[in-house]
Amino acid sequence: MCLAIPGKIKSVDKKINMALVDFDGIEREVNISLVDVGKGDYVIVHAGFAIEKLTSQDAKEISDLLEGK
Amino acid sequence: MTSNIIKKIETLAKEIKREVVIMELCGTHTEAVAKNGIKKILPKNIRLLSGPGCPVCVTDQKDVDAVLTLALSGVPIACYGDVLKVPGNLVLKADPEKQKLSLNKARELGADVSAVYSTIDALKLQKEKPDLVFFGLGFETTTPMTADAIKKGLTVYSSHKLFLPAMQVLVDSPTLKIDGFLDPGHVSAMIGVEPYRKFKLAQVITGFTGEDVLFGIYMLLRQIAEGRKVVENEYTRCVKPKGNPVARKLVNDVFEAGDAFWRGLGTIPNSGLDIREKYAKYDAKVKYRDVLNSLDEKYEILNTSNGCICGAIMRGLKQPKDCQLFNKKCTSENPIGACMVSAEGACGIEVKYL
Repeated sequence: MCLAIPGKIKSVDKKINMALVDFDGIEREVNISLVDVGKGDYVIVHAGFAIEKLTSQDAKEISDLLEGK
Repeated sequence: MTSNIIKKIETLAKEIKREVVIMELCGTHTEAVAKNGIKKILPKNIRLLSGPGCPVCVTDQKDVDAVLTLALSGVPIACYGDVLKVPGNLVLKADPEKQKLSLNKARELGADVSAVYSTIDALKLQKEKPDLVFFGLGFETTTPMTADAIKKGLTVYSSHKLFLPAMQVLVDSPTLKIDGFLDPGHVSAMIGVEPYRKFKLAQVITGFTGEDVLFGIYMLLRQIAEGRKVVENEYTRCVKPKGNPVARKLVNDVFEAGDAFWRGLGTIPNSGLDIREKYAKYDAKVKYRDVLNSLDEKYEILNTSNGCICGAIMRGLKQPKDCQLFNKKCTSENPIGACMVSAEGACGIEVKYL
């Protein structure tokens, strides 16, 4: 139920708060009223809604650990 | 790569020596644990338990029966696919086996039940079926979508719940001793980090890949070894410290907290979300009050126990394999308990990765 997947925003229609999101080659319309996003942003999508914009910062500790630092 | 985290977990486990009990709170964590064989690679003194983080599993039979009553009275229903196979307590009087009905079975009896991926799809379906009722359930992650749809005119039967009151029940349990929680990642994306601090327990907000879960366990063990009890965030790429205030505002506008009954956990004060009076027009419990109170004579509600121990499993007191029905009378094809039905239920996951 709380499964959510990441995708990349291809285009945005601000008037209706919808965006076209690319999930590894599959495109779907997603509601973006809960987040402040634009074209090119990565979002995490749950049940048709983007629930958060994904960031790569702060993830350093886990990537360092994965690399054995 | 991952072996490095595992080595660090092993070192910490040796340092702590005693048994450590960790509960993963989200059904999607349970799935990641099973899929990646994490229980098998953890040191012997680190025990992982599944918690009540499967919304379908904790939905009360009474709610399933109410939506069945609507469906069998001719009201078209839309729901998430996970809910279709969940049995309520409603049975067909003429059925000699008194098999408990699910929305899927109601469909076979002629009810109009559609599975939807989102409330956006439910709103589209409502254009063809103006009387449509959406069976809204789920925790903080899923509630904003229902709130958005109610504001756009979708009629909803709400069985939505708040997750933290259930955590409180686990923390207060005299029989369960938990050293740390892996807090649910996407619930946290909505509520942020702060609300968990009241539990005074080692906690790590954790994402859903195998690496996320291992890293979450590592961070918890580090806290336990150092004697710290704080809330850390492993899933920083998605969970912001303050969560998603826009989503919370939307939910707060449409819903208010009320007492709710959780399958397995009982009644938990202020853990349910009722539709506010200003949106009563879209509240199926109000709009269809008469229908809900007039079950057709062909059916009856049987509150008999069937031996299922889902409740104890969701409280971390039992494991799926402790149930005498597990993978015998209760299978993924013919589930008896909600934990077997849902893709996020502990029994369904256990059977999938046996």
